[in-house]
Amino acid sequence: MTTADHNTRRARDLLAMMERIRAFEEQACLAAERDKLVLGAIHPSIGQEAVAVGVMCNFNRDDILLSTHRGHGHTLAKGADPLAMMRELLGREGGCCGGKGGSMHIADFGVGMLGANGVVGANITIAAGAAHGLKLQGSDRIVVDIFGDGAINRGPFLEGVNWASVFDLPILFVCEDNQYSATTKTSTVTGGPGAAARAESLGLRATTVDGNDAEAVADVTAEITARIRAGGGPEMLHAITYRRTGHTSFDPAGYRPEGESEREAETNDPIARQRAVLAGMGLSTDELDAIHAAAQSEMVQVLADAAATPFPADEMALQDVQDIGSPAQEAY
Amino acid sequence: MVKMTFVEASREALREMMHEDETVWCVGEDLGRGSVFGQYLGLQDEFGPDRVADTPISEAAIMGAAFGAAMVGTRPVVEMRFSDFALCATDELVNQIAKARFMFGGQSRAPMVIRKPIGLWRSSAAQHSQSLESWYVHIPGLVVLCPATPQDNYSMMKAAIRCDDPVVYLEHKNIWGMEGEVDTSLDIELGKAAVRRQGADVTLVSWSDTANLCVQAAETLAGEGVDAEVIDLRSLWPWDKEAVVSSVRKTGRLVVAHESVAVGGFGAEVVATVVEQAGDALRGPVRRLGAPRSLVAYAPNLEDKMRVTEQMIVTAAKETMGK
Ligand SMILES: Cc1ncc(C[n+]2csc(CCOP(=O)(O)OP(=O)(O)O)c2C)c(N)n1
Ligand SMILES: [Mg+2]
Repeated sequence: MTTADHNTRRARDLLAMMERIRAFEEQACLAAERDKLVLGAIHPSIGQEAVAVGVMCNFNRDDILLSTHRGHGHTLAKGADPLAMMRELLGREGGCCGGKGGSMHIADFGVGMLGANGVVGANITIAAGAAHGLKLQGSDRIVVDIFGDGAINRGPFLEGVNWASVFDLPILFVCEDNQYSATTKTSTVTGGPGAAARAESLGLRATTVDGNDAEAVADVTAEITARIRAGGGPEMLHAITYRRTGHTSFDPAGYRPEGESEREAETNDPIARQRAVLAGMGLSTDELDAIHAAAQSEMVQVLADAAATPFPADEMALQDVQDIGSPAQEAY
Repeated sequence: MVKMTFVEASREALREMMHEDETVWCVGEDLGRGSVFGQYLGLQDEFGPDRVADTPISEAAIMGAAFGAAMVGTRPVVEMRFSDFALCATDELVNQIAKARFMFGGQSRAPMVIRKPIGLWRSSAAQHSQSLESWYVHIPGLVVLCPATPQDNYSMMKAAIRCDDPVVYLEHKNIWGMEGEVDTSLDIELGKAAVRRQGADVTLVSWSDTANLCVQAAETLAGEGVDAEVIDLRSLWPWDKEAVVSSVRKTGRLVVAHESVAVGGFGAEVVATVVEQAGDALRGPVRRLGAPRSLVAYAPNLEDKMRVTEQMIVTAAKETMGK
């Protein structure tokens, strides 16, 4: 395969995965708003898909991912099954977590995805520990932890990044900077220049990238992961993107400057940008539309199948708490 | 039988487990120098700095990182130095470690032992003296252990490391030097109480160092014609309801004593369970002893105001008998 072929293959894969993530989340939002089937909150990553695909295409199935409440894209890009994920969003049997976690707690250990997290920043120390455990075991697997721009203002950021630095751990920290922390513009509550500078002050190499450019994210992450796999220690990637939806699918986000989100959608959509890249490589509009259509029909079917799945058996409420003193044996 | 102190007992158990299972490792501050009370003395020399890891003063990261390492297949023993500092890692313990297995539908385990030295230790004052065992019992997902003797600290540490659940392991700071005979072949099933003294007149239920006080109080009571049974729960979750209920069915009388604040303490749980399951057998008023709902002071006379004493236990036992 020539380099050009390789580049085209990767570019197409990046687009296809972004289309699948977008379609999954559009269906999830419909399931929440139109069908009232998603019972808890979902946090869409619409407009941020380039970070998920560009980072994750450099990680193997047995590498480890930890993510956030806005983690559908990361999880799909790590290889999780969208039907199991959709069932989880609907609280159904056969969900990734048997319907016990929901959107904010999706985990799929089978693909090395050790959990989204409902507590902002909490996964930073846990991810450092996963890398610590792998290093103790002499493993050649590596870890990626993705968190938001809001998370860098929590204590675990300092403790976890410092930990990775002093123990020289095989981990990539990705700050997925969508510029908002819930309803607050993150820059208004963040001292100093932000994620990259903070990581550098703790001894990490930090790279900043346009997080809506899938090719750039993939390129720069390839260089970083090569260094980490070669024993180069932890690094930080600061990916700048934009949260196009409200904080949750139900949030109209009236606190944003008028037109901001619409302008982003028109001028800086990662999927549109990647289509343009592929068009430049010679793909026709029909070929690109076919990728879009395939993703759409896949996820429409996923939602239909998930909605047809029963809720978990009642006794699961007392299962998988602990071995000793399990509530299944003694509830109190 | 080998003579050991309380601190030597858990250290020896840990050492043996580290030889038996190479996935066991220790993580915390100052471990290379033995930590605050010598619980790790010599272990770094023996096992190296990777398996006895000196960490930054980052309690949240110690707890969180140990959890991450547990999820990828290691068995960390986590040192929190003083139980009070473990509060800096509350999210990691309560929201992450205790919940992951359930939240992720059974995909993960957190086989870890979280050591938190507890209790009154002369003039350590309000931030270095607490016993918060009842908090942990309130968190589904956790196992809560409170050994009170060298034998139990040896056998329970081994069982805790072998356990696949996260275990909160509360050693009392006041008894590190307590000596006792240890049978290193003795296995203890977690969740089973120890009857430290058999008796027919009144049941004294306790744990941690207060259980030792109850044993002393029982000797004093014997001299006054009261035959007390002492039950050392050892494990607060799960706890041995059966041992307590059957003892109260025999004696008809109950005193529960613990060092922690009485209000909302685990003693209330014990009393409520006995009332529900053996209320018909009670032949006298129930007594519950614990600290006033105040803070531990530095000045010794003020600190003493927080103590449950042998005399208080003796008096309470006699009250249950109408004496
Ligand atoms: C410790 C904690 N504080 C507050 C919240 C509520 N909360 C959930 S998401 C969020 C915003 C997080 O912003 P950021 O880290 O930038 O991630 P984003 O939502 O933008 O992806 C907040 C405040 C929480 N879940 N956890
Ligand atoms: Mg954000």
